[in-house]
Amino acid sequence: MSTDTPVKSDVEIGAYKYGFHDSTDYYAFKSRKGLDAQIVSQISEMKREPEWMRDFRLKSLEIFESRPMPAWGGDMTDLIFDNIYYYMKAATEQGKSWDDVPADIRRTYDRLGIPEAEKKYLAGVKAQYESEVVYGSLREDLAKQGVIFTDTDSALQEHPDLFREYFGTVIPPGDNKFAALNSAVWSGGSFIYVPKGVQIDFPLQAYFRINSQNMGQFERTLIIVDEGASVHYVEGCTAPTYSSDSLHSAVVEIIVKRGARCRYTTIQNWSNNVYNLVTKRAMAYGDSLMEWIDGNLGSKLTMKYPAIWLMEPGARGETLSIAFAGEGQHQDAGAKMVHCAPNTSSRIISKSISKNGGRSSYRGLVKVHKDAVNCRSNVVCDALILDSASRSDTYPYIEVEEQNVAIEHEASVSKIAEEQLFYLMSRGLTEAEASAMIVTGFVEPLVKELPMEYAVELNRLIELQMEGSVG
Amino acid sequence: MTSVLKITDLHVSVGETPILRGVNMQIRQGEVHALMGPNGSGKSTLAYALAGHPNYSITSGSIEIDGVNISEFEADARARLGLFLAFQYPVVIPGVKVADFLRHAVSNIRNPDRKEGEGLIGMREFRKEIRERMTELGMDHEFARRYLNDGFSGGEKKRMEILQLAMLQPRFAILDETDSGLDSDAVRVVSEGLAKLSGPQMGVLIITHHERLLEFNRPQFVHVMLGGRIVETGGSDLAHELHARGYADVRARHPDAAPEPTHTTTAAAV
Repeated sequence: MSTDTPVKSDVEIGAYKYGFHDSTDYYAFKSRKGLDAQIVSQISEMKREPEWMRDFRLKSLEIFESRPMPAWGGDMTDLIFDNIYYYMKAATEQGKSWDDVPADIRRTYDRLGIPEAEKKYLAGVKAQYESEVVYGSLREDLAKQGVIFTDTDSALQEHPDLFREYFGTVIPPGDNKFAALNSAVWSGGSFIYVPKGVQIDFPLQAYFRINSQNMGQFERTLIIVDEGASVHYVEGCTAPTYSSDSLHSAVVEIIVKRGARCRYTTIQNWSNNVYNLVTKRAMAYGDSLMEWIDGNLGSKLTMKYPAIWLMEPGARGETLSIAFAGEGQHQDAGAKMVHCAPNTSSRIISKSISKNGGRSSYRGLVKVHKDAVNCRSNVVCDALILDSASRSDTYPYIEVEEQNVAIEHEASVSKIAEEQLFYLMSRGLTEAEASAMIVTGFVEPLVKELPMEYAVELNRLIELQMEGSVG
Repeated sequence: MTSVLKITDLHVSVGETPILRGVNMQIRQGEVHALMGPNGSGKSTLAYALAGHPNYSITSGSIEIDGVNISEFEADARARLGLFLAFQYPVVIPGVKVADFLRHAVSNIRNPDRKEGEGLIGMREFRKEIRERMTELGMDHEFARRYLNDGFSGGEKKRMEILQLAMLQPRFAILDETDSGLDSDAVRVVSEGLAKLSGPQMGVLIITHHERLLEFNRPQFVHVMLGGRIVETGGSDLAHELHARGYADVRARHPDAAPEPTHTTTAAAV
């Protein structure tokens, strides 16, 4: 099935029009390589930010430079900070060449049956997904209810007080080296504010907001769910997302106020050249519920531990995480639950799969502060290792400073059972189909929480991975 | 044309241990055969060897369907040729819905050349069909949404096997029912279900201790296995005799049959 023919004509015309092929020339502005105070100031200036934000960025840069690299987690020896462009402002027609997109990624798009327009968007060939017509009316509806849903840059300009009240309060720049980096060079990301009592009954998706580039390197997302409100936010996608940027370091801060609910779903499938180092944390107040649904399929190295701090009695937190590590991949993922108040509960379900020499690790923390009595926490981490070249590790940390609590941790490691394979094959499934079905069943507890189209794509992707035709 | 499943001088080992020592049998579509014999005689081994379980090695002899030797075929290839094994203890596949599993199985069986990623039977068509089958078998439609064999009672597992039989419509069905501890509900499910489904298109081999199983499915042929060989073949009367008097008389008639193993050394049921 030819993937090139329909798209080639676009690119050829573009190339002719601009008379060159180097993809970096398609940007209206690009900082020079590397990072220093001048570049950070330049970023702030280009965005026309208030002084406090510029100072915040510069302070963060200092912190970034003073911190050592973490001595744990994945191997980051190939990550050279001086080799990275930290800011690029896209021209209106972001013209990366379709030909630059790796062949196996283009093939996967075909196998997944992705429509032409979406393919280009995913590959970074087009800046935005043209969904204006479809989603325009949805956005009007939200605006009527007082919901703010925009990109973070715009939020700083349009809602400065609200922004400043919460920005950096959940993840201060000093939290870790990569939070400091993001704090210095952040650009793009979502800003959501849901007013008291407003329940949004359909998921807000990242690509609804078409007024800036999505899936940027240093996205900064801030979500505030006011008392009694509820929202479900979905970002990322299951299809492999080609990025020429090798470092993605996002920060997500969420505040869930009394009686509110928030669910944040991410599926990332970055190409195999990407270091994906993310800091995500939510503060959950009295009687609130915070849920992270985290799917990690791609990237060369992902380090990500969605965290929930249970601040007041009655708060509940849940993280469902899956990690799929194929050849050359290391998924170091997990969760953190910090019980700061009595009568709080948390649950972590982690499912990891390693195949073809991939390595997937669960790294998790359950912490209970003194006087946080009557807390309950349950952790289930299951690993499926599909062959002898692959690897799975578990690093559970449990720090309990209070006696009157119930903490459970269960772990299992398995491979595909011969008897299961035989049973399915004796019903006519090939070995690959049977393996895929077993793996799909393994991740089902998470997949059933995903919006339908993600679930379908995810299962399809697992099938392809099991066939071995996708790297 | 009536298809024939022909087993010729079959020798099967599990690891180094020989279990079947020259089995001969022919099953035609439309016939019902029963295979009986004391524990350890090799009955389940025959079932697994026919279905193509990787742990069971055919050391000599052959298994043929319409003259094609399937001894080297993988389990899925045999299934696509119309062979089906209803397991004694169906394994649990967590997180996989009955409906999803069956949809794939049915698609492959009905279209043996189906390439991966294409040609799954349409959802609507499939749903209609599975509901009809479930109604016929007196099964709650909710069943299809449950995870395959996960948390199923003995009777429910048997129902699941029979539902698969109904949907896949094999040419040759082998029922491994050697567990003498089966509860009566499970036995009833299998025998009634089978009675509804068998007919001129299906050759059936019932491996059992339970004469009750044979009440609704009267075999034309009853085989007795002793020491890895079929030592006698008769009609239904033979089944009655075995039920009434055990295997003592058969053993007496065949003193030269290999002695029973005094303990089960193999992990698999024999």
